[in-house]
Amino acid sequence: MEIQQSQKKENIPLAQNEKSPPLFEVNHLALTFRQYEKGLRESNLRVIRNFDLSINQGEIVAVVGASGSGKSLLADTILGILPEHAETSGNILFQGKILTKENQIRLRGKDIVLIPQSTNALDPLMKVGKQVQSVVKNKHKKAVQERIFQKVGLAKDTSDRYPFELSGGMIRRVLVSTAMVSDAKLVIADEPTPGLDEQARDEAIQYMKKLATEGKAIMFITHDITAALEIADKVAVFYAGETVEIANTEDFSGKGENLRHPYTKALWNALPQNDFIPLKGIQPLPGESVSGCVFAARCPIATDVCTEDVPQLRPLNHGMVRCYHA
Amino acid sequence: MQLKRVSLYVIKKTLKLVSLLIAISVLSFLLVSYSPIDPIQSYIGADMVRVSPEQRDNIAAYWGLDDSKTEQFLNWSKAVLQGNLGTSLIYRAPVADVIAERFLASLILMGIAWLMSGFIGFILGIISGIQEGSWVDRIIKGYCFILASTPAFWLALLCLMLFSVSLGWFPVGLASPAGILTEDVTWLERAKHLVLPALTLSIIGVANVALHTRQKLIEVLGSEYARFAKAKGETGFLLLWRHGLRNISLPAVSLHFASFGELFGGAVLAEQVFSYPGLGQAVVQAGLGGDIPLLLGIVLFSTLFVFAGNLLADLLYQFIDPRMRKEELQ
Repeated sequence: MEIQQSQKKENIPLAQNEKSPPLFEVNHLALTFRQYEKGLRESNLRVIRNFDLSINQGEIVAVVGASGSGKSLLADTILGILPEHAETSGNILFQGKILTKENQIRLRGKDIVLIPQSTNALDPLMKVGKQVQSVVKNKHKKAVQERIFQKVGLAKDTSDRYPFELSGGMIRRVLVSTAMVSDAKLVIADEPTPGLDEQARDEAIQYMKKLATEGKAIMFITHDITAALEIADKVAVFYAGETVEIANTEDFSGKGENLRHPYTKALWNALPQNDFIPLKGIQPLPGESVSGCVFAARCPIATDVCTEDVPQLRPLNHGMVRCYHA
Repeated sequence: MQLKRVSLYVIKKTLKLVSLLIAISVLSFLLVSYSPIDPIQSYIGADMVRVSPEQRDNIAAYWGLDDSKTEQFLNWSKAVLQGNLGTSLIYRAPVADVIAERFLASLILMGIAWLMSGFIGFILGIISGIQEGSWVDRIIKGYCFILASTPAFWLALLCLMLFSVSLGWFPVGLASPAGILTEDVTWLERAKHLVLPALTLSIIGVANVALHTRQKLIEVLGSEYARFAKAKGETGFLLLWRHGLRNISLPAVSLHFASFGELFGGAVLAEQVFSYPGLGQAVVQAGLGGDIPLLLGIVLFSTLFVFAGNLLADLLYQFIDPRMRKEELQ
């Protein structure tokens, strides 16, 4: 663990006074897609540009962002399963070590696992038991899988069924159990809640919590702030491909006085149980070039400096914020 | 319960086949009965001038050509139901025997072509789909488009010109060398005569299978379950083996088994160009020679053949895809 300290010299200081390096850390992550327009002219589509995040063992960090902010691609980037024309920069550290392409290939499915969002994530022509067993690395594949199915409340004969024979809720349980059978240290849950009724949603959230109490670090990607606040320790707010704020769960209270970034405040106050004030305008599209702060166009407190230079993420009040005026 | 479902399935399919055969018979009979070819003239050939009108009438009466069309059809159907397909006019042999003999020759030809085109098409489709957008993919795709738009007989002629005439590697036609007794023909010689027609016929089927397999593979690789499989650490060959093959075999199987009709159509052209004595060639001769019993016999037989192909595809589909199994039986 000590060796890696030197690699981290460029890191921005962390908000928390951690003694050991976090289990998982993302610094200045950017993701662009190379595109060929007419003929051979190449253009770049920038989807993520300044993503920063850190997660400790046993911690749940929610990444909250609206649709189209690049959330799902974030998961793909960390796992290294992006299409070939994607380019990334910045660095991702896992257990203090830089997550290189080779490491990604070695670790994914083992130390880093994904809980996908879609119920289409299971192979339609393969029995679900088998699909879960493929994650188990030791010899007792079947036994391990059966035990987990029992744990999440799936009947024993479920493992011999095909995905089309299961309900949406059952499929989610199967997907969660793929994370539970693994010895993963980091679980990336890619929108596990949308489209679920309240009971199923609560259930899904409880599974996340259970995984965290087992000592796994959870990156909980969602657009559901309420769900995020129920279980997360920290909330990273993602806007147009950038982390604009990393807040603690307690900061989301009252009228959002403790929140640092104007976007987070707007998001909080837009909730029905709060002031229900919608935020006007739309977020910049992927590839749209923004010279300064990505939120400047919609920001109520933006000044000239906001449109000129990209603000850096800086620690503030036990959290982080990317804003000049916070 | 299971037995009841299966028997219901069999009954349903049988009814379909019977109605299909009846419809095909009526339609084909109608078509040939309006054919401008005079069966008596094509039967007698050049000796026509020496045949008196009385003799003509006798032949016509003997063959039942004087009866009304409906009566002719009913007579024929009655015989067919009793298992008698009639006698071929040009071969002077029972239609069933002619079909059996000709089909055997065609079966080897079509079988080889079918297996080859399925295999090559599937492999090309996979190679192309895995590397979507690469130059390999472009070449394979272009090749398939050219193949798909190539008429079978033209391709047959090209093969003939190149391999038989210019290079002299293969014989120009027939199924065995001329002037040698059947029992003296070696397997090597038979194989040599088979190569070009089989090659031509197989090339035709490749494009379809390859393009559909390619498309399906691209779809599978872009699917959520492929993404999840990759996230689980499966890559490359393992991913293809576990999640690809079964999923992409669906379109390939249904297409390839359903292509029995095209295969038969292709065989007609290929056999004609290579003078290969198969069923395809017989059907052309029967048509041109006004040999109605043989023509109808082959039509019925090829209907069965195509139906069998579709049925096989149907059954295999249920074997491969559990969703179909449940649906069909429920």
